[in-house]
Amino acid sequence: MADVTPLLDVRNVSKSYGARVGCRDVSFALYPGEVMGIVGESGSGKSTLLNCRAGHLEPDGGEIIFDTRVDGPQDTVTMSEPERRMLGRTDWAFVHQNPRDGLRMRVSAGANVGERLMAVGARHYGNIRHAAEDWLERVEISAERIDDRPAQFSGGMQQRLQIARNLVSGPRLVFMDEPTGGLDVSVQARLLDLLRNLVRTMGLSAIVVTHDLAVVRLLADRLMVMKDGDVIETGLTDQVLDDPQAAYTQLLVSSVLQV
Amino acid sequence: MIEVQNLSKTFTLHNQGVASIGVLDGAAFRVEPGECVALTGVSGAGKSTVMRVLYGNYLAASGRVLIDGLDIAQAEPREILALRRTTLGYVSQFLRVVPRVPTLDVVAEPLLAIGKSEADARARAQDLLARLRIPEALWNLSPTTFSGGEQQRVNIARGFAHTYPALLLDEPTASLDAQNRETVLSLIEEAKAGGAAIVGIFHDVAARERVADREIDVTAFAPARAA
Repeated sequence: MADVTPLLDVRNVSKSYGARVGCRDVSFALYPGEVMGIVGESGSGKSTLLNCRAGHLEPDGGEIIFDTRVDGPQDTVTMSEPERRMLGRTDWAFVHQNPRDGLRMRVSAGANVGERLMAVGARHYGNIRHAAEDWLERVEISAERIDDRPAQFSGGMQQRLQIARNLVSGPRLVFMDEPTGGLDVSVQARLLDLLRNLVRTMGLSAIVVTHDLAVVRLLADRLMVMKDGDVIETGLTDQVLDDPQAAYTQLLVSSVLQV
Repeated sequence: MIEVQNLSKTFTLHNQGVASIGVLDGAAFRVEPGECVALTGVSGAGKSTVMRVLYGNYLAASGRVLIDGLDIAQAEPREILALRRTTLGYVSQFLRVVPRVPTLDVVAEPLLAIGKSEADARARAQDLLARLRIPEALWNLSPTTFSGGEQQRVNIARGFAHTYPALLLDEPTASLDAQNRETVLSLIEEAKAGGAAIVGIFHDVAARERVADREIDVTAFAPARAA
């Protein structure tokens, strides 16, 4: 197994906002097909790290090496803006906590999905519409709703539409920021099942930032626990949750209400 | 297939006055293919801890835990995950699933994860559910609403869906009626005949005597108490 190239190799990444630390000296490797969860309380640096990796924020130091399809491993921090944007349209996808941040609310559901295909060069209207219908179905939205705007959808449907929009172009790495946050518990369960199946059938790698330990237990293979910008503990998800080593992780795990 | 060398395990509870509790010290044993070993010892002696360390669910403090040549105590998460997919199965006492996923899919999932076709995986799942007497009317419902005994059987069906070369069984016959207990014991015997190395905890003495080739008393692995 040692000869497999990591899809994403993060080395010593730090980011500060003035005197305040966003994340400090974070390193890890993510392999193809792996889902990694990042947990920690608000302000622990989870989102800073996610945004650095997705190219939304520039880290102060460190390297973020992504194994590109054509040129092999490349440092996304030093690559040119157009190259990074191209990755953002092709190999990377970003699912925001609030679907309104990831969708265009004034155009139809079909256009939301088709837009990303057009960004990677699809031009045939019939094909694009067909792909959009196919993806709406995969995320359990009736194809009849293809011409409706996302504003007419429920929160759970908007989140599923956002996932369809992100995955239609066949990305290899998906960043998810609290993907089930703000949804009803029953809707969360459906979304989790959907995400798990998509990860398995498409062979996706994903990084999921959340504060919900139940979500990471079901979705993530590996877990990283953060506090005040530092990585506190990493390991197999069930191992970190069932046999936490660090004082902070023990506190985090024991603070969850049992149902 | 399974070899434990000089294994120790300590729990350090940082938020409870940094209590340090030693559970295992110098544990060592091996299990050959086709052999079933029963862990014994009173409640709290560390049987479940041994099982969880073998599965990589608990972190070993020191020592080696070799399963099919991979040292679980040192391996990378992705190596352990790959081992769990292909080689190492675990039937725990509790079913943990994504809510609302149908029972049939829960049981078929381990097969889909190793690349079996949807049709083959479902056929095997149906076969196991039928053998374990889960009524067909329930197959398309989520097991989260099932009775304790039914959940236990779904869990067993899932654990036996793929024929793992190494298998960990935590009280597989607990809370089962006589017929289903018989089915589970047959499944264990079939797995042994197929060459699986099995480590189990069986409070059911008759079950233990029937399937286990030998017993290991984990009390022997307890750390010497400081006087």
